[in-house]
Amino acid sequence: MSETIQFHYDVDGENFTSAGEASVQIKQKLRQLGFTPDIIRRVSIAMYEGEINMVIHAGGGVADVFVDPESIKIILEDHGPGISDISLAMQEGFSTATDTVRSLGFGAGMGLPNMKRYTDSMEIDSELGKGTKITMVVNVPI
Amino acid sequence: MNANVICGADSLDKDVYSACGSDMMSDVLAFVKDQAVLLTGLVNSQVIRTAQMMDMQCIVFVRNKIPAEDMITLAKNSGLVLLATPLRMYEACGILYSKGLTGSKCNE
Ligand SMILES: Nc1ncnc2c1ncn2[C@@H]1O[C@H](COP(=O)(O)OP(=O)(O)O)[C@@H](O)[C@H]1O
Ligand SMILES: [Mg+2]
Repeated sequence: MSETIQFHYDVDGENFTSAGEASVQIKQKLRQLGFTPDIIRRVSIAMYEGEINMVIHAGGGVADVFVDPESIKIILEDHGPGISDISLAMQEGFSTATDTVRSLGFGAGMGLPNMKRYTDSMEIDSELGKGTKITMVVNVPI
Repeated sequence: MNANVICGADSLDKDVYSACGSDMMSDVLAFVKDQAVLLTGLVNSQVIRTAQMMDMQCIVFVRNKIPAEDMITLAKNSGLVLLATPLRMYEACGILYSKGLTGSKCNE
């Protein structure tokens, strides 16, 4: 059994331009590690959506990715405002994004549903005023 | 499309078969599957990242939008071709469509 490889990233909440850098790096790492394009794409899109959310809704946060041959786990944690109604936030098209965010090409309310669709499991832990922790797992078929 | 090549000129001989057009990166991430070309009027670094995430090969900026230097650097690093056309989205898409690029599997 090979051991789990861990990656840690700080996601800068002040910088929209750099949002997604962690996901791009994970994508490269997974490619180097030899995962299939399908797995790589699912992990990187789910993480990218989560990273963008941390930047546009929560002022940034941290991303930890745990890679082992059977599964890839992504944990995104922020100290933003939290999500008041998770089932509402999970609905396609629901968004509290500002017009500014929309003019940048995000805020269609597809991020969380997309993250769920591309992963095998997704758990949201959120407390108002404290922050949000999202744990996603993509299983690697053997 | 009367397009200028911004970067990636050495990849221009590659064949592509499908495309999609959108200014909402959220929608591209949600609905697009296996399209090789993204047409957009949006210019920021997340357009490049979205194309990277979706394993696309080419971005066409419509209405002569020219990306900033840092976007071009990002694109070069990931081997993306960037083109700029004076055409508007509708016309640019129409031309590519009529040349045989489908929107297959793109639910937009
Ligand atoms: N990390 C987060 N912190 C606070 N609120 C969030 C976070 N992620 C998502 N949300 C809330 O959930 C809503 C839906 O998220 P999402 O589906 O990604 O759509 P969008 O980002 O386009 O608004 C957001 O508009 C926001 O209100
Ligand atoms: Mg989102």
